[in-house]
This record gives sequence, structure tokens and C-alpha cells, in this order.
Amino acid sequence: MKFSVALASAVEALFANLLRSFLTMLGIIIGVASVMTMMAMGDGAKQRIDEQISALGASTLTLRPGSMRRGGRSLGAGAAKPFTESDIKVLSSLPYAHAVSGQLSTSVTAVSGQTNWSTSLTGTDDAYFEIHAWPAVEGRLFTPREVRTGAAVAVIGKSIVENLFDGTDPVGQRLRVNNVPVTVIGILEEKGQSSFGSDRDDVIFIPLTTARNRVIGAHRTTPKNVSRIEVMVADDYDLKQAQDELGEFMRERRGIKAGGNDDFMVFNIADFVRARSAAQETLGMFLTIMAGVALFVGGVGVMNIMLVSVTERTREIGLRMALGARGSDIMIQFLTEATVLCGVGGLIGIILGYAGSLIAAKAGDWTFSMSPQITLISLGASVIVGLFFGYFPARRAARLNPIDALRYE
Amino acid sequence: MASGTPIIEARNVTKVYTMGDQQVHALRGVDLQIAPGEFAAIMGPSGSGKSTLMNLIGALDQPTSGELLIEGQGLSTMRADDLADLRNQTLGFVFQQFNLLPRANALQNVKLPLRYARHETVDADARARECLELVGLGERMDHRPAQLSGGQQQRVAIARALAGRPRIILADEPTGALDTKTSADIMELLVKLNATGITIILVTHEAEVANFARRKIHFRDGLIESDERRAA
Ligand SMILES: Nc1ncnc2c1ncn2[C@@H]1O[C@H](COP(=O)(O)OP(=O)(O)OP(=O)(O)O)[C@@H](O)[C@H]1O
Ligand SMILES: [Mg+2]
Repeated sequence: MKFSVALASAVEALFANLLRSFLTMLGIIIGVASVMTMMAMGDGAKQRIDEQISALGASTLTLRPGSMRRGGRSLGAGAAKPFTESDIKVLSSLPYAHAVSGQLSTSVTAVSGQTNWSTSLTGTDDAYFEIHAWPAVEGRLFTPREVRTGAAVAVIGKSIVENLFDGTDPVGQRLRVNNVPVTVIGILEEKGQSSFGSDRDDVIFIPLTTARNRVIGAHRTTPKNVSRIEVMVADDYDLKQAQDELGEFMRERRGIKAGGNDDFMVFNIADFVRARSAAQETLGMFLTIMAGVALFVGGVGVMNIMLVSVTERTREIGLRMALGARGSDIMIQFLTEATVLCGVGGLIGIILGYAGSLIAAKAGDWTFSMSPQITLISLGASVIVGLFFGYFPARRAARLNPIDALRYE
Repeated sequence: MASGTPIIEARNVTKVYTMGDQQVHALRGVDLQIAPGEFAAIMGPSGSGKSTLMNLIGALDQPTSGELLIEGQGLSTMRADDLADLRNQTLGFVFQQFNLLPRANALQNVKLPLRYARHETVDADARARECLELVGLGERMDHRPAQLSGGQQQRVAIARALAGRPRIILADEPTGALDTKTSADIMELLVKLNATGITIILVTHEAEVANFARRKIHFRDGLIESDERRAA
């Protein structure tokens, strides 16, 4: 029997009992639609994470004093020797360092007129804004000279403008951070929430020297300390290799012997985001498995209906056998029916899955993505479900004894 | 007795149905030879084993003991797929209840056996039309069974039996559901087919129907009671 003939008669059988066919397909439709949506959501989330990584600085290495424990959490940062401004200078001359920035951070109370506001203050240099690709939307950023001389100037985020200046233009105005007066010279471009949920616009930046000398105070034993160094790796260097080389360089510089424990850490921010996204991936995988279970249940429904159909059509099977159908012909007929049923269900499910993913992407605010692979996998999965759950009913039909089938009441 | 190998032969065939602890001896050792081109009517009381024998000849069922041969080949030695091909190529069935597919039209019903034909490549559409024209239904090809009279439905069934160019037609009470006039039409059709060389075995309760055949075989209690031939 030709495949096209089997297909045509399977489609006909499907239409012969349209309502029942549809109800049977429902399980497959729901299963496929949810598999599609889950996989698309996973893809969308992954894309968003990639976007976040590049926003955080895909090619930036961060240095911190302290030691690394397995799992990436820091231990006892306070005990280790801090970095210094001379570290920054030396690192700047490394071939793979495109830009190097040092930072000192603390939390402060900022006051403007009668209003005060608790926020975080970071003392840093002009390179910081280059590394973070963070321009000023009003006013300007620090000049190297202001950083060197420790000028009393500040660049502030959007949330500070809203909370302290209440709509008036802050550029040129005075601001007191822990009672140190500074003049606002620029407002930074809005960044919104970080992937960790904090407000990235709730920040005040002042020159590193100003922060150390007038707000935070220098380290007991290391006068020109910085708590953090960021190194932007030049485009033509491999990030991982630069990370290794930087680690080796600092070990040497800090006199750590081979095999000794590091008293600092080098990491790239992408590692952190990925660690977090691993948790999301686990959840996504769990949901995909649930959707797979839905598909399986749908398959059981198909098997059930196919068994009913075989019983109902026993006489027809007997007739076909009397007319010369082999067991394999009957087998192919019912397998094709089950597969067409599941395949059509799968197609409808794919359409619904598209719609579901679009809605989910809108609601969850990520980019809609539906790769052709997901579509193909979904269609393939439903066809396989059809073959798998159609096999048992089809075999039962094929094994009927012609005369018993023909006489069946 | 006709000369040459019989086209159908039963050798001491028995058939016992077991239902629970009860045994029904439907056939008790039947010997029968049908020559090519014969037109035989099987008669006998209800339950005498006529249909049982027809099912065995049609390779739809297996005997309890004994052997059936079609064109000299023993059915017990053939594999299931070969039996299917035998039903498809050599045999044609006509049933009392027509057994047409209700959703398919006349043409599609007649094409059904050609779907399972493996050895030859035929233009199924042309063959089915040809068969429907032969039974006088050239004008009714796209009618569904429900849109046809009983006699017309049986003609479609005969056309279907003919589609595979069988050498034997097995008809178990083909006129059982039809009135006398229609029965006579169907019998004339079968006589016409027999004249083209097709061997026909027919089961009937009606003497007028059996009179169309040249050989009458009477069954009683699973055995052949009488076997009479009428000169051509
Ligand atoms: N599948 C079966 N299971 C059990 N007994 C059966 C079966 N088929 C037939 N029989 C029995 O075998 C005997 C012969 O049945 P068969 O159908 O051959 O009779 P028949 O001559 O065709 O009768 P009728 O003229 O009524 O069609 C009967 O007693 C019947 O009850
Ligand atoms: Mg009978």
C-alpha cells in the first residue's frame, strides 16, 4: 500500500469523527504548546542573560582582595592586603589592559537643602565610565585632573536627582555626602534595575582621592588603597586567557609562592550571572519536563481512543483482510492514523505555543525568540508520541484473525 | 467429474468449535473437488456447516484437521502474508450483508482491494470503473452505499470482488437480503461472470437461486449429503 494512500485514508478517518479527533488531540495540543512555550521562555531568558552580561561589561575582569572559596563566595576580604593606586598604574601598562579603574565604596547620607537620602557612594576615576560604557546625559564626567587633585565634584545617578533635587536641575548645585560638600557636575544615563534587583541609578560618584581623603579615610597600613580594580580587556585578547595572566601577574606582584593560597580574586562578571542563570535553567528544565509529561498523558489519551477505534472498526478490519490486506497493511493504517492525529495536534499546539510564547515574552519583558529547532523538535516529538502510542493499538488490529474480525458484532 | 487438477479441493476437512466445555462439530470430514470454471451451489439446513466451509476455502479460517488446496496449493503450508495475497489475487468474496464501507462511494469501495495488490501495477481507477460498468453501475460510481438500493449495493460488492481479477468467487448467501426479482438479476450477473471462466461457489437457501448453478451440493450435519450435476 502506498504511503500517500494510507495518509489520505488516515486524514479521512480523522475527519469522520471530528469532535472525537479534536478531543483526542487536546492532550497533544496542550502538551506541545507548553513544551514550546517553556523552551521559548528558556531561550528568551538565556538571551536576556546574555544581554545583561554584555551590559555589565562582557570583557571586564574584577580584582578584589580576599580569598576564593569553592562556589565563588568570598571569605575574609578584610584581612587581605588591599590594592593600591600603584597597582592600577602597573596594570594599565599590561598589553591586554584597555582601561583600568580603581574604586572605593561606602554607604553615605547625602543631603541637599532640607532633604536627605541614604545611598551608596563610589570613589573612582574617569576610566570607570569608559569601562561601564556609562555616559553623562547632562553635564559632564570627571576629568583626569579632577581625579588627581581630589576635586570636590560629583556625578550622580537618575534616582539621586529624583530623590534629592525634586525636579530642579542639579548640575552646578551643592550636595553634602556625610557632611562633605561636593558640586554636582553631571547626571548619568539611566540604567534601571540590575539583574540582582538593585537600583543601579541610586549612586553617587566622586573622584577616588576625594573619597579616600575626605569621606572614607585611608587604610591603616596602606595609604593609597583601593578596594576594587576593574580591568577592561582589549578586544583582541581572549578574556579567559587574560584572566589567567592577570592572576599570575598579581600573584607575582604580591609575592605568593607557587602552590600558596591567593589573597585576592580575579573574576569576570559573566561568571556570576551565569551561576545565577543556572538556577533559572534548572527551573526551566523542570517546567519542560512537566510539559513533556503533559505530552505523554496526551499520548496515552491517543492510545486509548485508538484502542476504541480498533474495536469499533473490527468488522472493517476483517473486511480489509478478506480483500487481501496483510497484517502490516492494517498496522500501517492505524499507525498512520495515530501519527496524523498527533501530528495535526502537534501543529495546532505549535501555533498555540507561538501565541503563548509571544504573550509570555510580553508579560515577562524579554525578547520573543522561537528557534526553528524548537518548532521541529515539537513537531517531531508529537509524531514520535503518535508512533509510540499508536503502536500497541495498531498491532492489536494487525493481529486480528480475519474471520473473527469479520464476524464481530 | 471434471478433468485436470481441481481449482478447489477439500480433503477430509473437519472443523470443531470449542466454546467453553462445549464442542460444536461444524464439519465432520468433508471431501470436495471443484473444477476450474464450475458454478456450484451449496445448500442445506441452517447450522449444517456451509459458511464454515466457505470461510475455510476463503483462507479466512483454519480447519481443525484435513487440508484445503487452492489451485493445488495447500493452505496450511502458507504464511499469513501469502494467504492475504491469495485472498487479494485469486479469491473474491461476496457477503450476505454486502460489507461496503459506508463513508466511501461505490468507486472507492471497488478500489479497496487494489490498494493491497502488490504484484501488479494497475490503474486502480480505470479497473474499478470497468468493474462497475460490468455490473451495470456505470452511472452510480459516486453514490455512497446509503444512496443505493440493496441490489445495487450487492452489485458494488460484486464489482469489488472482481477488481482483483479473481479466478474464484465465493458468495455466501449473496441474495439473502434481496427480494426475488433482484435476486434473479444478481444471479444472472454471476452466471455471466461464470461464463467468462470464473469459478463460483455460492451458498443459498433458495431453490430458485440454486437453479442458476450447474452443480448442487447438499450439506447436513457437517457432511455432504448429496452432490448432483446438471448437464450444461
Ligand atoms: N465462531 C463459531 N463459534 C462457535 N460455533 C460456531 C461458530 N461458527 C459456527 N458455529 C457453529 O458451527 C455450526 C455450523 O455453522 P455455519 O455457520 O457453518 O452454518 P451454516 O450452514 O452456514 O448455517 P446458516 O444457513 O444458518 O448460515 C453451527 O452449529 C454453528 O453454531
Ligand atoms: Mg451460513
